[in-house]
Amino acid sequence: MASKALRGLTSAEVGAATTAALLFFVCLIVAGMTDHSGYAFHMVIFTLASGWAFFTVINRGFDPESAPPPRTIDGKPNYNMGPIKVATIAAMGWGIAGFLVGLVIALQLAFPALNFDLPWTNFGRLRPLHTSAVIFAFGGNVLIATSLYVVQRTCRARLAGELAPWFVVLGYNLFIVIAGTGYLLGITQGKEYAEPEWYADLFLTTVWVTYLLVFLGTIWRRDEPHIYVANWFFIGFIVTIAVLHLGNNAAIPVSILSPKSYIIWSGIQDAMFQWWYGHNAVGFFLTAGFLGIMYYFIPKRAERPVYSYRLSIIHFWSLIFMYIWAGPHHLHYTALPDWAQTLGMTFSIMLWMPSWGGMINGLMTLSGAWDRLRTDPVLRMMVVSVAFYGMATFEGPLMSIKAVNALSHYTDWTIGHVHSGALGWVGYISFGAIYCLVPWLWKKERLYSDRLVEWHFWISTIGIVLYISAMWVSGIMQGLMWRAYTNLGFLEYSFVETVEAMHPYYVIRALGGLLFLCGALIMAYNLWRTIVDPAVRSVAVARQSVPMAAE
Amino acid sequence: MTDLTHSHKKPTLWARHKIFETNSIIMIIGVLIVISIGGLVEIAPLFYLSSTIERVQGMRPYTPLELAGREIYVREGCYNCHSQMVRPLRDEIERYGPYSLAAESMYDKPFQWGSKRTGPDLARVGGKYSDEWHVQHFNAPRALVPQSIMPGYPFLAQRPLDADHIVGAMQANRVGGVPYSDEQIANAVSDLRAQHDPEHPGAEGFQRRYPKALQRDFDGDPRTVTEADALVAYLQMLGTLVDFKVYDNKANFR
Amino acid sequence: MSEAKHGPDLDTPTGQTTTGHSWDGIKELNTPLPRWWLWTFYLTILWAVGYWIAYPAWPLIASHTTGVLGYSSRAELAQAMTALEARRDVQSAGLRQATVDQIAADPALTRMAIARGRAAFGDNCVGCHGQGGAGGIGYPNLTDDEWIWGGTLADIELTLLHGARWSQDNRTRTGDMLAFGKLGLMQRAQAESVVEYVRSIAGLDVERGADLARGRQLFVEHCVSCHGSEGKGNRTLGAPDLTDAIWLYGSSRTVLVETVLNGRAGIMPAWAGRLDPVTIKALTVYVHSLGGGQR
Ligand code: HEC
Ligand code: HEC
Ligand code: HEC
Ligand code: HEM
Ligand code: HEM
Ligand SMILES: [Ca+2]
Ligand SMILES: [Ca+2]
Ligand SMILES: [Cu+2]
Repeated sequence: MASKALRGLTSAEVGAATTAALLFFVCLIVAGMTDHSGYAFHMVIFTLASGWAFFTVINRGFDPESAPPPRTIDGKPNYNMGPIKVATIAAMGWGIAGFLVGLVIALQLAFPALNFDLPWTNFGRLRPLHTSAVIFAFGGNVLIATSLYVVQRTCRARLAGELAPWFVVLGYNLFIVIAGTGYLLGITQGKEYAEPEWYADLFLTTVWVTYLLVFLGTIWRRDEPHIYVANWFFIGFIVTIAVLHLGNNAAIPVSILSPKSYIIWSGIQDAMFQWWYGHNAVGFFLTAGFLGIMYYFIPKRAERPVYSYRLSIIHFWSLIFMYIWAGPHHLHYTALPDWAQTLGMTFSIMLWMPSWGGMINGLMTLSGAWDRLRTDPVLRMMVVSVAFYGMATFEGPLMSIKAVNALSHYTDWTIGHVHSGALGWVGYISFGAIYCLVPWLWKKERLYSDRLVEWHFWISTIGIVLYISAMWVSGIMQGLMWRAYTNLGFLEYSFVETVEAMHPYYVIRALGGLLFLCGALIMAYNLWRTIVDPAVRSVAVARQSVPMAAE
Repeated sequence: MTDLTHSHKKPTLWARHKIFETNSIIMIIGVLIVISIGGLVEIAPLFYLSSTIERVQGMRPYTPLELAGREIYVREGCYNCHSQMVRPLRDEIERYGPYSLAAESMYDKPFQWGSKRTGPDLARVGGKYSDEWHVQHFNAPRALVPQSIMPGYPFLAQRPLDADHIVGAMQANRVGGVPYSDEQIANAVSDLRAQHDPEHPGAEGFQRRYPKALQRDFDGDPRTVTEADALVAYLQMLGTLVDFKVYDNKANFR
Repeated sequence: MSEAKHGPDLDTPTGQTTTGHSWDGIKELNTPLPRWWLWTFYLTILWAVGYWIAYPAWPLIASHTTGVLGYSSRAELAQAMTALEARRDVQSAGLRQATVDQIAADPALTRMAIARGRAAFGDNCVGCHGQGGAGGIGYPNLTDDEWIWGGTLADIELTLLHGARWSQDNRTRTGDMLAFGKLGLMQRAQAESVVEYVRSIAGLDVERGADLARGRQLFVEHCVSCHGSEGKGNRTLGAPDLTDAIWLYGSSRTVLVETVLNGRAGIMPAWAGRLDPVTIKALTVYVHSLGGGQR
């Protein structure tokens, strides 16, 4: 019986099972030996995960149904959508969690009693939880889902590897769990947007390299002579994030039994490494990756050709070249030497047009289809997103000018800028892409309700407007109050007076965040109904089997 | 397969982009080259240009207790609200004191310059308040400053400090270039306790290894070394090491 | 292959040709670069080059380009500070040389000193003494006329310069409230008794049947050396007046007993070295003006 069922493990399965078994034992031993309870907890999670992975992989070998699926069926690509579905659901779940934590920390700044005087609920630990949850958990899963979807469709090839894509999606989400619970337990490297400790960083490195290989492997299998522009951006994003991650997280662990590590770089060099990383996390994670999304989903949804191929070439190369230089604009007027600040500032200004190249290509793709904005709220969401992108990338160069930054740095203005990019651009393009993806992935002919998309759109747009305008006012006010002099030539306000003055804006911001969160909840409901409601009919002919290009 | 992309006319410069579009490895190499330049030009000189870190007197690595306090500062995420970087701007030096030098964070792993000032800058908070004030402030910030929006950290004064890991911490710092001597590492645990207790047998050795470091019980509970002791020890030395009386400001315009 | 089937075709709404490729149904137009976009891009590059010539910009082997303007943010700050001080001096040239008494005698200088003092107070003192100097538990109110260390300009200036019980300053004000309990000089019952006596001289209610005579005896034995025979305090020792309604740590029995058993030693930081001498003078005049200043 078993022998009949046994198809024999593929070499990939043997490799995966061995690695999982090894990881299982290493983590088990470390969990038993460490005296740090939070670290032990993480090692137990790793132990369970690798044990589960081991048995799942072995099980496949005994399952006659699980014979490696063919790459094509009847000459048409047999796309691999399983991991993408999981990443899409994860994105939505993490998104809601991340917005919720954002709301909590927004409320804490307005009503500090909400810190509850406890270690694991205080602002200092929750804020990185928020930033990681929205950027890496929400944004990251959106990027993985869309990039793996887009690369298959635009290469007309099944995803490379069978286990590897699963490892990417599940491994990435495991990393998120480790990172997030780590912050709550006080395990952090204390570097913004790179807070996870050395072992989580190391694990992420393996996941990321696998991601790159899956992505490239799919491109190598492609049945199209040229690589589509969306994939240039995805490649740029994946490769550069790998480089940045390695450079900024280079650290010396205290021991294998301790979660603690110390960054190799110190002081000023560490600062430069940090913002080389931090700024380009924006440039490559939150920009290049999401531009990749834009380049597929907008033309697809609008059913229009991309506005300008030439523009896409120029803005791609100039964008990735110039972004790298702009990091020092986070260090204006610090102890970083003036020459480096000059480079950061000038390249930020030069980055303006390369950024707008993307905006133009996104918006102008609508030419000939503008009327669709009235009727299609999903498309509208994506177009508004590109408009926010344009706004954030105008504001950014402005804030990079030293004279402006002297005012804006350290204030809520930065927070307003972040969230016009984060809620407007990253949030909306992701929502748009997910609204497109879910019916495609679950083979439904439409969304459960377009009206609910309208509601989502308007509620969260009001939310964004409240959020960013409150932060602009409070940020500029804060900056002006800090530097205000009386007519006799003395500082006019004490620091606590400026803290007090922020209160109303913090309340308004929290309200904006609440609306944004409500929008996302409506979206989740809509998607769930789309998937499960029998009233939403399945697409009769599986869309995957109709090669669109052959029309 | 014929490429019709770039029209039937003579091939333009645009057509040359084909090499990237048809070969993912070349694309990746292109990306790697393009993204390396900026990073190299901006980062590498900071390691070799002598003007990067000012020459100052007084900088020393953290004492074991201060280093442990710094870990708590990082763990609780104080950097999310507090910067440690006074900029050379008129209002900032009037509010906080002399602007921060690169030299002052030369042993910081990671640096804690911060990016948001929800609370005031802490680069020069050392010696600004009493230890008692800090402990009270951690326990209940709004009892001292009614308008404060800082979280309370009453648990710090209740938790004994985990002192044993300090040796490993100092060793890891040393691998990363912090000049801890063998002697300092060998005496780490004793020094940690001696800083908290002037009566400690190792007190004299501590003063020799870390001249001028503050030595006392910081949290009002001399029996145990708590996390509050460590954090207050760290805060009380912030910005106090460099001797500005002998610092040559003009020599370091850069 | 799909693409070979159609070459570049014309896109009617825009009048542009496509590149001839198609990915999953997506095509690209061959639209030329927008002119305004390209020119703005060139302009930003030109501006950057100009900026590099003017300001420090490019790292070299042993140094970096310094720019023709000779700019340095630190040098710029030095200029700004000189200008600021010059502006202040125009209005009050004398603040620098004058003593606190001279300042207080000159209304123009006083106005200036108060402005300067208020600014410094907001960022350095309110953490302890509260906004406006109203104080809090353990932190004296600076607006009333009870002074631990004295309320004349000279007293206040000395307190500011060297602090109280600030161990890093060897001219700091010293004098502790002894911890009679910890030192084994008193039992709890004795402390309670002396506290009743203290409450009686302060005009607070006293427990019925309390042995005030015993309390008084203890007071004379232990306390008068600092707080004086009438409990009016002693400013050189920093021992507060115990007969008025102002209490640094509170007047409840529990607090008072704790004070006697465990002692008190409030710490006020020294500001010499941290704040410049002119600012300290200004703060002195400002605090003196808050309401409780004495001649
Ligand atoms: C939510 C933001 C927030 C967090 C997190 C936070 N603080 Fe604060 N902090 C403030 C604010 C606001 C003030 C100003 C009001 C006051 O003095 O309480 C302040 C004031 C301070 C001061 C007094 C500074 C001065 O010069 O007056 C110190 C010291 C301090 N914080 C230390 C810390 C430490 C250490 C931590 C972490 C354990 C921390 N803070 C976490 C917001 C924060
Ligand atoms: C760490 C908290 C703290 C800070 C900051 C602080 N003080 Fe004090 N100050 C005290 C305490 C405590 C006392 C009372 C000392 C005592 O109990 O003897 C005091 C006493 C004083 C006194 C003497 C009061 C008297 O009754 O004799 C003056 C005047 C004063 N402070 C002014 C200032 C000024 C001005 C500043 C700011 C430059 C300042 N203080 C900052 C804690 C502080
Ligand atoms: C060695 C001098 C000394 C002796 C003896 C002394 N005191 Fe004090 N006392 C002080 C000083 C100094 C302070 C102020 C402490 C401070 O400012 O933090 C003080 C403060 C107090 C206070 C707090 C006042 C307030 O405003 O909250 C009380 C009550 C008090 N003493 C009562 C007593 C009694 C009762 C005795 C005798 C049993 C006594 N003291 C003996 C020096 C002394
Ligand atoms: C419900 C929606 C959200 C709310 C209420 C919210 C709220 C907040 C708050 C209160 C802060 C801290 C600000 C401070 O320290 O003063 C913050 C920081 C941040 N948030 Fe959000 N946020 C939301 C959504 C998002 C999203 C969708 C993203 C990204 C995709 C994002 C990215 C960030 C980043 C990067 C920071 C750190 C900014 C900095 O350090 O300068 N947020 N957010
Ligand atoms: C041309 C493009 C852009 C430029 C030149 C730029 C520039 C800047 C500047 C000057 C700051 C403030 C740094 C400081 O004072 O601390 C900043 C902060 C930030 N920007 Fe942008 N920005 C750009 C686009 C974007 C976009 C599209 C996003 C998308 C989300 C974004 C996200 C952020 C974040 C998260 C921060 C906060 C970093 C931190 O301090 O934690 N930026 N940016
Ligand atoms: Ca990390
Ligand atoms: Ca930040
Ligand atoms: Cu940036």
